[in-house]
Amino acid sequence: MKIPELKCLPVPVTGVANQRQFIRRHSAVVRMTHWMNVLCLSILLLSGLQIFNAHPRLYWGKYGADTDQAFIAIGSHKYDDGLHGFFQIGSLTIETTGALGVSRQGDVAAARAFPTWLTIPSYQDLGAGRHWHFLCAWLLVINGLVYLIHGFLRGHIRRDLLPNRDQLTLRHLWQEVVDHARLRFARGEEARRYNALQKITYLLVALGLLPLMVLTGLTMSPGLDAAFPFLPSLFGGRPSARTLHFITASLLVLFVVVHVLMVVLSGFWNNFRSMISGRYAIYQSGDAS
Amino acid sequence: MTINFSRRRILTGMVAGAGTAMLGGCDRVTQSAGLGAVLRNTEKLTMAGQRLLLGRQSLAREYSMADLSPVFRVNGTQAPDSEEYNRLLEHGFAGWRLRVDGLVQQTLSLSLADLKRLPSRTQITRHDCVEGWSAIGQWQGVSLGRVLDLARLKPGARYVVFHCADELEKTFDGSGRYYESIDLTDAYHPQTILAYGMNGKDLPVGHGAPLRLRVERQLGYKQAKYLMRIEVVSSFDSLWGGRGGYWEDRGYEWYAGI
Repeated sequence: MKIPELKCLPVPVTGVANQRQFIRRHSAVVRMTHWMNVLCLSILLLSGLQIFNAHPRLYWGKYGADTDQAFIAIGSHKYDDGLHGFFQIGSLTIETTGALGVSRQGDVAAARAFPTWLTIPSYQDLGAGRHWHFLCAWLLVINGLVYLIHGFLRGHIRRDLLPNRDQLTLRHLWQEVVDHARLRFARGEEARRYNALQKITYLLVALGLLPLMVLTGLTMSPGLDAAFPFLPSLFGGRPSARTLHFITASLLVLFVVVHVLMVVLSGFWNNFRSMISGRYAIYQSGDAS
Repeated sequence: MTINFSRRRILTGMVAGAGTAMLGGCDRVTQSAGLGAVLRNTEKLTMAGQRLLLGRQSLAREYSMADLSPVFRVNGTQAPDSEEYNRLLEHGFAGWRLRVDGLVQQTLSLSLADLKRLPSRTQITRHDCVEGWSAIGQWQGVSLGRVLDLARLKPGARYVVFHCADELEKTFDGSGRYYESIDLTDAYHPQTILAYGMNGKDLPVGHGAPLRLRVERQLGYKQAKYLMRIEVVSSFDSLWGGRGGYWEDRGYEWYAGI
């Protein structure tokens, strides 16, 4: 009786572990500027909410103050049973007592657009909020310039962020949408690069939302409007720029929420380590090898 | 699974801890003198950057009559409540005089009629409040540079201080009196005027009658209302809180270009 040759032995369990390979995912500049962004954007957001609280109404056009129609507003009304907070956008008004418009300040419910735990400083102080905001704005701009100069000169943006030709077919993009919906993440060779949705998102944030944030912010400056008159024209006025500043900030918050969620779901420690030390583990999946 | 669970707890704890530490830390830093000064120094960087980009003469945008705000919000003092001001108001500011003194060769005492006899400038500009709202209004007045030239500056003159009739905060020592200051670059800017007219009429009480400052490349709190006296100084260290203005003494930037 002939014993069949054992040509394909099942891969032992230890073998799978051996197929973990470390690559260098993020350069030092990318890691440094990433964490600087985390710090700056956190403080910018919370001090920005402090500044917003000074006049929690947003307008569209060349002028906008209390008697003008607000496009977005957070406020409060006093009724017999106490203060009620609301969030208004267009003609839609939502009751938000406890979170927006009215929230606890110490032991009492106070009229306040964003609550104390979401603003820097926690107490009402527009001057201090502005100091924090502008300090971090300067740091963010310098940090952003370092990132962009490095990114364009050293090829990070072209190599890592521009989608490859094969990623841009409708079929591939649809497959990625399906994979994301099923929380199926790339393994093996495919994990060496970002997926196309990831690349497009990062490009939109780095070259779209963040520059827009800076430009709409600068447009609120009467000084810079005199130096660059095209700025208010570009956004339809200072009040419009302020509204866009708020909307863009909201989009950045949305990005961060999804980004952190994806980091956690697609292997938190591996992703986190790669943004600290640069080392990222690639796992070869059994059937691919 | 247990590992995952504890990791998740550690993570949640880390995020919550970092968040609380950051917020609490920011409050403490804001209130500490040393680091608070670092925050305030950002203002110097901002001012240097803006001055570099602005140059001396670049103009704030001027609008058309069609762009005027339907209602221009009255902000700060609605009407000074001092007896002296009310007496002046009763007589249509006939007895009001603008005193120009300090580091000048010639101390001046100008009536409203004196100011209106000087060449006037009319401009429709956007008023930007530090809080975030904006209003467009038309202002008519005399160039501040022209008035300073009449008084002829002495060597050492660096800032122009505006003393106002209104008290925004009631205090025993008078430190609640509104005042503001700008440097000579802004004082001699072509759009920097002492305005006695608004939207084609005399300046209303709510907007600073009889005379207010317009310094168009800066925020609203620099646009001092109810002017009584202009003082030319080399430094504003000795004035009230020493930071050059009512709001500056209460934590706002002296350079209000952003």
